[in-house]
Amino acid sequence: MSEVTRAEVCVVACAEAFRGDGEIVANPIGLLPMLGGQVARASFEPDLVLKDDEALLVANQLRVGVADAPKVVEGWIPYRTMLEVAWSGRRHVMMGATQIDRYGNQNIAAIGPLGAPKVQLLGFRGAPGNTINHATSYFVGNHSPRVFVERVDVATGIGYDRAAQLGDAGRFHRIPRVVSNLGVFDFETPEHTMRLQTLHPGVTVDDVVTATGFELAVPDDVGETRLPSDEELRLIRDVLDPEARRDREVEA
Amino acid sequence: MSASKRATEDEVVAELESGMTIGIGGWGSRRKPMSIVRAIARSDLTDLTIASYGGPDVGLLCAAGKVRRVHFSFVSLDSIPLEPHFRSARESGTVDVTEYDEGMFSLSLQAAAWRVPFLPTRAGLGSDLFRTHPGLRTVRSPYDDGEELVAAPALELDAAIVHLNRGDERGNAQYLGIDPYFDDLFLGAARRRFVSVERIIATEGLLDEGPVQTLRVHRYLTDGIVEAPHGAHFTSCAPDYERDESFQAEYAGSAKSPEAWDAFRTKYVDLPSHADYLAQVGIQ
Repeated sequence: MSEVTRAEVCVVACAEAFRGDGEIVANPIGLLPMLGGQVARASFEPDLVLKDDEALLVANQLRVGVADAPKVVEGWIPYRTMLEVAWSGRRHVMMGATQIDRYGNQNIAAIGPLGAPKVQLLGFRGAPGNTINHATSYFVGNHSPRVFVERVDVATGIGYDRAAQLGDAGRFHRIPRVVSNLGVFDFETPEHTMRLQTLHPGVTVDDVVTATGFELAVPDDVGETRLPSDEELRLIRDVLDPEARRDREVEA
Repeated sequence: MSASKRATEDEVVAELESGMTIGIGGWGSRRKPMSIVRAIARSDLTDLTIASYGGPDVGLLCAAGKVRRVHFSFVSLDSIPLEPHFRSARESGTVDVTEYDEGMFSLSLQAAAWRVPFLPTRAGLGSDLFRTHPGLRTVRSPYDDGEELVAAPALELDAAIVHLNRGDERGNAQYLGIDPYFDDLFLGAARRRFVSVERIIATEGLLDEGPVQTLRVHRYLTDGIVEAPHGAHFTSCAPDYERDESFQAEYAGSAKSPEAWDAFRTKYVDLPSHADYLAQVGIQ
């Protein structure tokens, strides 16, 4: 097989976010996270429930980003049902972030002062409800100090500091993992601040530290993000994304 | 048989007043009642508050200068993530907002529909919604747990407009696509309720194309029904038609300059009727 691309490493790093989840709705948003969800179910998390980009729960390995891909439908999940799943906690979403800080607070609403945005983004979307109710992971395809910031301008999804202030009311909050184009991150520090977990092949600790706008926890022995298995590569390349759209999302 | 509720877009607009809070159904750039939205855009209504799972309905009304405030959790064209007209309205400070979490927004509509002042939820706790949604309050559980929750306030609408696939002239309506979105909640939360449909058919034909579960909008929820073929154009209205992506790109391009918007508005908005719009777009 030809050399593994950075996008393929990211797909498997996204897939690993769902390891151990069991029979819940995995709701990865964006091309690489969606590929990751499919890989997770096919490789090591067979009970995951996955949807297409409309309102169908699909049991087969789904070609991503293609409207007329063959689907084995196992359920119907219109938006209002998905909200109920979120409130029930039986869901793990992987969202994007325009900004994310050291505690995992996420911003997808606006850049600039509150009420007078320099840049109007999407809005809060479901981020407050997601982060307070169930596991929320993040994928960021352009790791830079503009994204990994000291403080988010607006906290749409809540991080560990805000969840801790809520006490018991924050008991369902969890950010299992952040995947970027440079590495994998978790919050396994005493204060639940962001920690470098693994580096993608070819990336150095310096690369990551330079691209991060806050003080990142860096353990002495940082490992390398695992490579896709041959079977995972075949699945990604031949079944899920034969047009290699993934390689347009992050640099190869 | 009771009287027909058939109406035209302009008759619906005549029922609306400046300063009203108007809810618009659909989701993003999907199943938006665009023929009525354009009729509002070319009317003399002003100072509207719009509540929406926002798409080009919000952007077009902002560009037309009709909007004072938007209640929203997102405004997006789906295939174009950020709505460019909404974006410029926000960045130039011409439109105020009240922000919501997606689920909290549905609870606010549900609370209004059920005539209760709020519904409790965890969504919003700890987030900056409390900074961007002034007046948002929490409520403490009266039971032993004593838990503090967000009190999603009832979002009462003066009027609601939604677009579905089929309906009858008494005001029943049917969606044939994959998702009902929250259209029935918008209607339930509103005092004046208007639905447009692709085709008005005989009541006897309402089960011809879909099972009874697709009859989501009942006539006690509607005051007027407009027959508007391609009424959601350029947003999607599956299975009747998908989103017109090239037209949507042209719409998005009209946010590039005031001149571009004026040209778009003259060509596609300031037309006497929906039929003229369809002729202009080239839909038979």
